[in-house]
Amino acid sequence: MSALDIWMRENTLAYIWLGSYAVAFIIFLIEIAMVKHKRKITLQQLRMMRDAENEAGEEN
Amino acid sequence: MAINWFKYSAPTTFYGLAGKMIPWFAFSAIILFGVGLYIGFAVAPVDAQQGEFYRIIFIHVPSSILSMFLYLIMAGYAALGLIFNTRLSAMMATAIAPTGALFAFISLWTGALWGKPMWGAWWVWDARLTSELILLFLYLGFIALHASIDDPRRADRASALLAIVGSVNVPIIYFSVKWWNTLHQGSTIKFTGTSMHIAMQQAMFIMLAACWLYAISVVLARVRSIILERERNTVWVTQLPEMNELPKVQQ
Repeated sequence: MSALDIWMRENTLAYIWLGSYAVAFIIFLIEIAMVKHKRKITLQQLRMMRDAENEAGEEN
Repeated sequence: MAINWFKYSAPTTFYGLAGKMIPWFAFSAIILFGVGLYIGFAVAPVDAQQGEFYRIIFIHVPSSILSMFLYLIMAGYAALGLIFNTRLSAMMATAIAPTGALFAFISLWTGALWGKPMWGAWWVWDARLTSELILLFLYLGFIALHASIDDPRRADRASALLAIVGSVNVPIIYFSVKWWNTLHQGSTIKFTGTSMHIAMQQAMFIMLAACWLYAISVVLARVRSIILERERNTVWVTQLPEMNELPKVQQ
């Protein structure tokens, strides 16, 4: 029996929390951060495109 | 008063509606996660055979169910986009794929953590586990195929075909424990009833509802960015209030 096997049987709730719930919630947080980042980047790109079009229009 | 539901199938109107719905779904998800975890860890009794280890069920089963349902919903949207050429359907399919893939990953990961103390192995090439792994690969294939084609409409059509064909895997996952002799246990919740303790059921269904609400809020947030990207050349996008909220880009 490996050290991990012994540890998981002695600290069952810690094994469950750290191994599954903490991992799942970290994945959720990373996904939320990625979605927020994508929105920020998309809005920045759209703003840049609009500014470039406005400047091109003023030059003409 | 009759509601014109077709109005919300247009990206223009859906964008605003999604923005209003996200905080409600997200807040409800946080509340339900809290309640579900409390019942699951403080109220639900210890299992006679598995001891405390069974408590992984409160994240494992909801994420497994969501990974399968999200795939069917994604394939449904992809089929709608392919048949009726509706713009929003394809955008929804694209937005669902990453969340579905993450739920499939969480399902496999938590299953491995449950398998080790119960079966003595992190992984076995069992029919249920293998078909769930194929589901994860189908999600990743959908995302990769969509990203590899520059023209969004062509990407929508190609990835829609993959999603529709891949949906055959979902009933295989569900019935795998009946069709083959598997190490994975059969369904605990059946139409005929269940032997689970009431507190265990409550925790599992509340966590399932929380995962649904989380998935809906994240998908809606993602589809709003996709709508902005795809509709960037339209007048309504340039007139959005958030377009004026950002600081001017430094030259």
